[in-house]
Amino acid sequence: MRNFPPEIVMEAVANGLLTGAVYGLVALGLTLVYGVLHIINFAHGALLTLAMYAAWVAWAAFGLDPYVAILPLVPIFFALGYGVQRLVIGPASRGEDSNILLVTLGLSIVLENAMLAIFRSDTLSVQVDYAMEVIEAGPMLLSFPRVVGFGVAFVVAAVLFVLLRMTDTGRAIRAVAKERTGAALVGIDVGHVYAVTFGIGTACLAVAACLLLPSFYVNPRVGNAFVLVAFTIVVLGGMGSVPGALLGGLVIGVVESLSGLYLGDSLGQLGIFVIFILVLLFKPTGLFGARA
Amino acid sequence: MTARDVLPILLFGAVAALLPVFVTAGTLLNFAIFTLILCLAAQGWNILGGFGGQYSFGHAAFFGTGAYATAVLQVRYGVNPYVTFLAGIALASVVGWVIGFLSFRSGLRGSYFALVTLAFAEVFRVLSNAVPFTGGAAGLLIPLNQRAANFQFESRGWFYLLVLALVVVALLLTRALERSRLGAQLVAVRENEDAARAVGVDALRVKLSAITLSAAMTGAAGGLYAQYFLYLDSTIAYGTWISVEALLAPIIGGAGTVFGPVIGAVILHTLAEATRMMVGRIPGIDLVIYGVLLILVVRFPPRNLLPWLRGRR
Repeated sequence: MRNFPPEIVMEAVANGLLTGAVYGLVALGLTLVYGVLHIINFAHGALLTLAMYAAWVAWAAFGLDPYVAILPLVPIFFALGYGVQRLVIGPASRGEDSNILLVTLGLSIVLENAMLAIFRSDTLSVQVDYAMEVIEAGPMLLSFPRVVGFGVAFVVAAVLFVLLRMTDTGRAIRAVAKERTGAALVGIDVGHVYAVTFGIGTACLAVAACLLLPSFYVNPRVGNAFVLVAFTIVVLGGMGSVPGALLGGLVIGVVESLSGLYLGDSLGQLGIFVIFILVLLFKPTGLFGARA
Repeated sequence: MTARDVLPILLFGAVAALLPVFVTAGTLLNFAIFTLILCLAAQGWNILGGFGGQYSFGHAAFFGTGAYATAVLQVRYGVNPYVTFLAGIALASVVGWVIGFLSFRSGLRGSYFALVTLAFAEVFRVLSNAVPFTGGAAGLLIPLNQRAANFQFESRGWFYLLVLALVVVALLLTRALERSRLGAQLVAVRENEDAARAVGVDALRVKLSAITLSAAMTGAAGGLYAQYFLYLDSTIAYGTWISVEALLAPIIGGAGTVFGPVIGAVILHTLAEATRMMVGRIPGIDLVIYGVLLILVVRFPPRNLLPWLRGRR
């Protein structure tokens, strides 16, 4: 193993944390949907890709800065997620887990390949003048878009936390997550809560997409790179745990960054998958202890 | 097994074997060979997923292992391709057993099992893309040497018959499994694992047998793919496309039935070809149709549509 000077390692850790926060945001949507609907949403990655294309179109066609595009895209993707759960996943799954697995897989195949048919496999990116800017933090140089991503991810997590704790909708969501029959008996519309939760999870993706775009690229398969990472985070943080998702995101960000540094780019992804398999095999309840 | 169990399979084989007599067009035989290879991969998935109810999202791990073993051993060590093909099947079943042992021992079911198989396939993909032994990112080319002794045939018809024979063997094996004690136990585990255990079924052993056989069949498909197309890279061998193909065909044709994967694979690929003819070569359009079909089949299960295919019940 090569030896790197401490500044380089520190910078890798810092960059890992910055990327990790956005990973955490992607995982947040996934874990929320799992916690409430008890389903693993295989379409999560494809929906992220869709959101990234939406942000790219907003920039290319309307000249909208990706950070500004957050404002229109969040309600649009909330509505999209709501509709998808209400009209596709809900009716098609008929309450069976294996069906949900297959329906969300089908959805991801459709979305990914529809985007391939429309945008072809070219890699697209946005040109914004702050993309290359760096912020000096002591001896480290941190990329500006990543620092913004880090900050906004935490803001979104905080908003979500308040929403779940303080509002009636949040209480309803938590009630359904704990005991769906009981919640239905006291008059909560479970189908509506499911769809709202799915909508929130999809809205998280819209934010993540807008944060990623200035420093990243988009192609029809880009979501796949994130989805396994997001699954890893969700499993690591405990399925359904919101703080677990964020913490797990930071951990995975650092792991990826360090294994990229020591093993090179092509083998760097391996660290994540190995962690994923190990956690699934030996501690499927996650490190932060939510119930199985 | 009775004559009624075996006859439809032999009949299918006999009718399908006539194809090269009537069809000499290369593209059509090409299409048929590719579809048959996928039938084999899908039958592998069907044994574990259809009969055993363990939905794998990572059958690429077995397909790729069969394919790479077949290719690497002959290219690097000059071993006879028929031997490397068998070695590929053996290695794929070992990989299947190990993945099964690790995940079933840890009690992974449902979505968790789907996720862990997906992750294993991805690990193999990243590894085979990175190490020079498998040709790395550039891929691996099997030198052209068209002799029957070399598992390469001058006419596509012979390769077609060979693949068809293997598909018939797989169908017979699946039928034998369905009628065996192991098959009954496997279905019991699918329907209710706890109840099956309670009546004395060794669920771990049953699931391990299923995944080993399943991996062997899908590995054989991988080996045939390598031998037919004579080229491999990490996204062909271990890519998600084959995991999806292997899963879609049985689900659409009827999971847990002997002919389901064959029907599914033929439907899917005929549809894909038909779309290509109608709208031209738009990338991804065939998979959009696959996805829509998958959602529709889950939404409206065609159980009442093809009852006679489910055998005597």
